[in-house]
Amino acid sequence: MSRRLPPRAGEVIDRNEPVRFTWNGAEVTGYRRDTIVSALAGAGERIFSRSMKYHRPRGILTADYWDPNCRLQVGDEPNVRAAHRLVDHGMAVSAQNAWPSLDFDVRAANNAVSRFLTAGFYYKTFMKPARLWPAYERVLATFAPGGTVDLDTPHGYYDKRYAHPDVVVAGGGPAGLAAALAAADTGARVMLVEHDHRLGGHLLIGGGGDRAAAAELVSAVTDHPAIEVLLDSTVTGRYDDNWTAIVQRSHPVAVERLIKARAKVLVVAPGLIERPYVFGGNDRPGVMLSGAARRLIELYSIKPGDRAVVLSGNTSGDAAVRSLESAGVQVVRVVDARIGETVVATHGSPKRVEAVELADGTTVDADLLVTAIGWTAPTSLLNMAGDRPVYDEAAARFVPGGRLPDTVLATGGLVGDGSLDELVAHGRATGELAARRAAIVKATLQAATARARPPSEPIPEPPADDRPVLHPAPHPPLFRSASHGIVDYSEDVNSKDLVAAAAEGYDSVELIKRFTTSTMGPEQGKLETVNTVAVLAEARGESIGEVGTTVWRPPFAPITLGALGGRVFEPTRVSSIHAWHEANGMTPILAGQWIRPEHYGDPAAEVLNVRTNVGIIDVTPLGKLDLRGADVPRLLNLLYTNKWMQLPVGGVRYGVMCAEDGVVMDDGVTGRLGDDRYLMTTTSSGEGTVWEWAENWLQTLHPEWDVVITPVTTAFTSINVAGPRSRELLGRLTDVDLSPDAFGYMNVRLGSVAGVDGSIMWRIGFTGELSYELHVPAGHGLTVWEALLDRGADLGVAPFGLEAQRIMRLEKGHFIVGQDTDGLTRMPSTGLEALIRLDKDDFAGKPELAWALDGGDADGAVGPAVPRIVAIQPTDPNLVPAEACQVVRAGTNEIVGRITSSRFSPTLERSICLGQVLPEATAAGTVLTVVLTDGTRTTATVMAHHAHFDPEGARLRV
Amino acid sequence: MLLVPCPHCGPRNAADLRYLGETTVRPDPSSADPDAWRSYLYLRDNPAGWLTETWYCRSGCRRYFTLERHTVTNEFRQSPLPFAKGERS
Repeated sequence: MSRRLPPRAGEVIDRNEPVRFTWNGAEVTGYRRDTIVSALAGAGERIFSRSMKYHRPRGILTADYWDPNCRLQVGDEPNVRAAHRLVDHGMAVSAQNAWPSLDFDVRAANNAVSRFLTAGFYYKTFMKPARLWPAYERVLATFAPGGTVDLDTPHGYYDKRYAHPDVVVAGGGPAGLAAALAAADTGARVMLVEHDHRLGGHLLIGGGGDRAAAAELVSAVTDHPAIEVLLDSTVTGRYDDNWTAIVQRSHPVAVERLIKARAKVLVVAPGLIERPYVFGGNDRPGVMLSGAARRLIELYSIKPGDRAVVLSGNTSGDAAVRSLESAGVQVVRVVDARIGETVVATHGSPKRVEAVELADGTTVDADLLVTAIGWTAPTSLLNMAGDRPVYDEAAARFVPGGRLPDTVLATGGLVGDGSLDELVAHGRATGELAARRAAIVKATLQAATARARPPSEPIPEPPADDRPVLHPAPHPPLFRSASHGIVDYSEDVNSKDLVAAAAEGYDSVELIKRFTTSTMGPEQGKLETVNTVAVLAEARGESIGEVGTTVWRPPFAPITLGALGGRVFEPTRVSSIHAWHEANGMTPILAGQWIRPEHYGDPAAEVLNVRTNVGIIDVTPLGKLDLRGADVPRLLNLLYTNKWMQLPVGGVRYGVMCAEDGVVMDDGVTGRLGDDRYLMTTTSSGEGTVWEWAENWLQTLHPEWDVVITPVTTAFTSINVAGPRSRELLGRLTDVDLSPDAFGYMNVRLGSVAGVDGSIMWRIGFTGELSYELHVPAGHGLTVWEALLDRGADLGVAPFGLEAQRIMRLEKGHFIVGQDTDGLTRMPSTGLEALIRLDKDDFAGKPELAWALDGGDADGAVGPAVPRIVAIQPTDPNLVPAEACQVVRAGTNEIVGRITSSRFSPTLERSICLGQVLPEATAAGTVLTVVLTDGTRTTATVMAHHAHFDPEGARLRV
Repeated sequence: MLLVPCPHCGPRNAADLRYLGETTVRPDPSSADPDAWRSYLYLRDNPAGWLTETWYCRSGCRRYFTLERHTVTNEFRQSPLPFAKGERS
């Protein structure tokens, strides 16, 4: 049955555009600018959800964003706030938390046993025995409320924006509008953020005079060039120095956009949120707040009932009476709370109010009960700026405590009550003050950036705060009637539960919240915090002010994970040869920020080709730092554990860097290219860390040293040419003398490769083969790469990827920092003690390494046994234990180590590993017990050398 | 997010900088005993009040500098010297 009224002045729906969507499979027609719930209510729907625990039918309570009874599934999106979300063509809307249907929910049986389902029921009942918890959890999980998440949902486009407005105004009611206008007129650039779909706030559900006033303010605001209006957007948090988070749900392209705005001044003007009344049957469909009734009638032209009782303690209740009467609803009784009247209970079926019981003993037949019993001031954003609300006894609500930084101002209903003129006057004065203070912040920031631009004008004097005062109006204290009812609708917490919890000792506001979960649902206390405090105060026999309230933290309204994730600004990096890799069958792998070829089809074949012929690999991500200056050797001496003062021009040396606690941080080779010119390589993706680390030493400890560091990772394309025929191949492309005598192992030469001058080549051997690493100017990387392939065809040259390189380095037993070492691995554990030169004056981590080599501290105390890296070969040559498999003492579960790297070696035709094991298990020939991922055990043997292949390094030195 | 007053670049978002924590004094590595060295590595005063700390302006001037910050109010003031002798981040 349609509940839609004839057209009314002030309605927001567009009757010329019907919108068709489905509700639990059935077609429903609403109008453009209907919310989902208003469209459904217009079509006669009264029940929108089942409650969380008791599965009680629930109808409209607030008819806005905060409505706890109107969260619905829309398509693949669960928990949509359907009293806020607008309808759209073809939406598939369905109820949540109801089975088999909203109309008949079998779990409503919980309601019959509700006296056993009190607060803490789950905690107490399913505690023991602990071994059954997984079973309990499986069953209870099916009781959890909420919609259905579709894991195959395509990723929506979410965006981010950074903004630097002078003034952010949170709230577009009369005070917020006036503040935005005055701030903009005073010279500020203003961002006005409104939670709802339109500006005007409570004026939109007022009379014709209110709507005319709103229209005037709104058109002035939207016409003002210095005001940006964000509708259907929420200021969700205020952080240090007025960093504000704004979720914009109204972006034309993005599903949502997270705006990070550095507001010079934040004006908080959210108005007031109407508070429900606690009494028996207060969640029966047909009980709603005055704001809900007024919104349904005035915005959507919906008749919310036929026979109404109105409990009124304020002007909003009186306005609801007028609205209801104008909509043809018979107001059978106005219960005036200001003269002590009140409501005790509703009666009827679980799905419908049929009668209202009053405190005077009478019972009135009605299908609608509208309550207007007071307000909650949403002080969240002020709390986030350090303010704590205080209770105003006369006004029966918490109000701001007045402890705010100069850059945060509050206005409107949040501060106090007043006529429209008074609210607008306060808003104007606040906006003007905000603009003047923003000018000071701006000038101060500019002055602090004086090197870039000297300030042209003096910083203005702080303006006086001479705003008119808004006082909260007196209001009768109405929290709970003489009966018990729902306090938290989302969490299904009854006032009886709170009383019982207080009696059990959970009698502080923070404890009772956590024990009963009251205020912990999706409304986060907007509707239920003050009622929770009031019921607790009653139970403790104290005043609300004495009990105090909980602290509201970010976010003001829930934020989707999509908005938080947003657009990712992390760059991906590719080398100059990337297009070639793509065209030639690379399987890509993401390594740090780099996209690299993992292999080109067959990594084992790539290994064998390097071992027998020659292969080339793109190693551009290798970190590269250009070091210049007379004191470079001293810096190297400080960063690396080994010695660097005697490195000749043309020499290359391997080094390990440790942090000050002796833990391995990075490794790589550094070559001396000229008298005062060095090239340092770091681990792939490690360049940034090493650069900052080196700068730290230079800037803080040795500012007198002459060293300049320039990161050149992407200035060069790096190619490793590896294999027994690499010399022959490279010889065809360069004029540099490659003969072993002229260009030996661990040397560097400068020259031309494939006609590219300024190329650096050094002879090193990560793969264990004769190899040359080329660093050629990046613009010519592809030229050199293709020349190598072209000129080496008869030598069997082929590209190889990261996987083949990793296999070969494992065959050679080279550890990888971060793979075979972790945040506890000090350098002696790597087996490279010989590279720790304690006879140097100083280097990073020296004292710790000295004590570690001693096996203990300087005072003789021996530390706990530390693991060492060893090479390991499984007894079963075809079994490759997964990396991170534990090594245990035979026959026990005592861990003595773990596998850190493992592969099948195509060269040796067997599985090979590196691992970290305790000293008791490091001797060559020790048989280890390895626990595989399926829990079975196998054995493996510790090898004498880290290198599984060519331990003498003969192949490197040819 | 804090605005950190880089002495060279002016106020910048804290995310533009790297925070290295309380500024420490590195003991002489050739003579430090384990207590002194590990105090340098791990122990911080963590005062509720003014603290001298090290920042690195990684997205701007790439300079290390010290600032004084009030850990209760997050108020900043410039420290008298960028780095005293021996001071380390």
